[in-house]
Amino acid sequence: MRRTIPLFITTAAGVVLVVAYFVPWMSALGETVSTWFNILAAIAFILGGGNLMKMNLRKISDRVPGWGYSVVTLVAFVVTLAVGLAKVGVNPLPEYPSYAWSGEFNEQGSAFWWIYEYTWKPLTATMFAMLAFYVASAAFRAFRAKNIEATLLLGTAFLILLGRTYAGVWLTSWLPEDSPLRIELLSEFVMETFTTTGTRAIMIGVALGVVATSLRILLGVDRSHLGSGRN
Amino acid sequence: MLRFLQTLDRRWIFLLMLLAVGVPIVLQLRFPESITPNTLAAFAEIEKLEPGSRVLLSFDFDPASAGEIAPMATSFTYHAAKRGARLYFMALLPVGPQMAEDTIAKVIARDFPEMRYGVDFVNLGYKSGLEAVIKVIATDLRQMFTTDARGAGIESIPMMAGVRSVQDMDLVVSVSAGYPGVKEWVQYAKTPFPDRISMIAGVTGVQAPPLLPYVPVQLPGLVAAIKGAAEYEALLADAYGLQAEPRYQEGRRRMGSQLVGHVLMILLIITGNVVYFLTRRQERQREARR
Repeated sequence: MRRTIPLFITTAAGVVLVVAYFVPWMSALGETVSTWFNILAAIAFILGGGNLMKMNLRKISDRVPGWGYSVVTLVAFVVTLAVGLAKVGVNPLPEYPSYAWSGEFNEQGSAFWWIYEYTWKPLTATMFAMLAFYVASAAFRAFRAKNIEATLLLGTAFLILLGRTYAGVWLTSWLPEDSPLRIELLSEFVMETFTTTGTRAIMIGVALGVVATSLRILLGVDRSHLGSGRN
Repeated sequence: MLRFLQTLDRRWIFLLMLLAVGVPIVLQLRFPESITPNTLAAFAEIEKLEPGSRVLLSFDFDPASAGEIAPMATSFTYHAAKRGARLYFMALLPVGPQMAEDTIAKVIARDFPEMRYGVDFVNLGYKSGLEAVIKVIATDLRQMFTTDARGAGIESIPMMAGVRSVQDMDLVVSVSAGYPGVKEWVQYAKTPFPDRISMIAGVTGVQAPPLLPYVPVQLPGLVAAIKGAAEYEALLADAYGLQAEPRYQEGRRRMGSQLVGHVLMILLIITGNVVYFLTRRQERQREARR
């Protein structure tokens, strides 16, 4: 029963969504199923929070290597959640001055806003920006023209790297403006012809794979999404 | 020299990259932009908006990608506001509404003080559900958005009158850095209603190639990466005289770093290959001597 009911829900919801796409009068039912999904997705945030607590508390309790990071994660999670829910430092809205919690949780100057603006925002931006350093290091150590395929790949990379900046324009500025050999035009050609063709082929292949996998799930052949059933 | 390069500490490479991206910003290096057709097409789509048009701006990015995406979000917002459009901000990522608020503060509050919240622009906020949100609002916006990001009921917002779904928008602008984003907008909004929904997009560099097959049928205009943002800023500057306003030149400012960074990357790849082949030759000679 623990597997049959979820399987039935999966099949029913999937069939409704597929049929609703082609049968206009069933579109309202399709929307209802989509709305259920959105509600479930919102509830998943609570489950995600609970799971985060459980996993990190276990790591701390077992003193696994790196358990200190779990402490940092949990403290950050609990503090952010608490200041957001309690609306610490939030002023009441002018239209409801007697209701202390009537203001927005992320109001400018509030504790939550402060955490977002001065902790989370610079940290995530820094993480992303650090990619440039690692890519530069990898460029020196890993990108080797070992064979024809790798050489073609490197040549294309040079073309795109130059074509996406003024360097490409400058290097071939001596050529006529409409010359197809100008680097910026060559780079556009590569993107529009080779990249688009390759991407389209991959997309069609992926789409066929998704259809096959979806049918297997809807027909109950593939039950991996229901878990192992051991818990 | 070869020995030095063979055992080069990667911190030297990090230092070179720091200088490559930092020096052009300090020196404020600017270069002319050659405009690509995709950016020009995106610009033309906003340019043809009539005053009072409805534009839905989906801000599906976060601070991690804001360095690349925020300049184009700023430009789209300025351009649409300048055309007299009514702006509906929303997000498919939890921090998206904050990105919208940042842009509202940077653009609307400073350059369009006459625009009133709820009348000329609104922040509808974030809804969970990823692409399912798009699927629902494509036919019934109010089923998902019962309030705006500030908690006001949708019915009490004047500019929501007459808006039943995304199909009532004159243009959808998806500014995204991944999933869910432009691809999902194309699949769940544009494709089922090809004649009733018009859309353009602004995306990160890595996201652009997988979206190129959608150009120009589903996506008439696509602004890709900081290069696309710089091109859009150049078009905007020419059309509305914004050359002197640093807020609308962020993309162009970053193109200086991109140029030097890209050249450094090419030099590093070439140097790395020279070291590799010289080392291999040395090894072969050593083996031959044995």
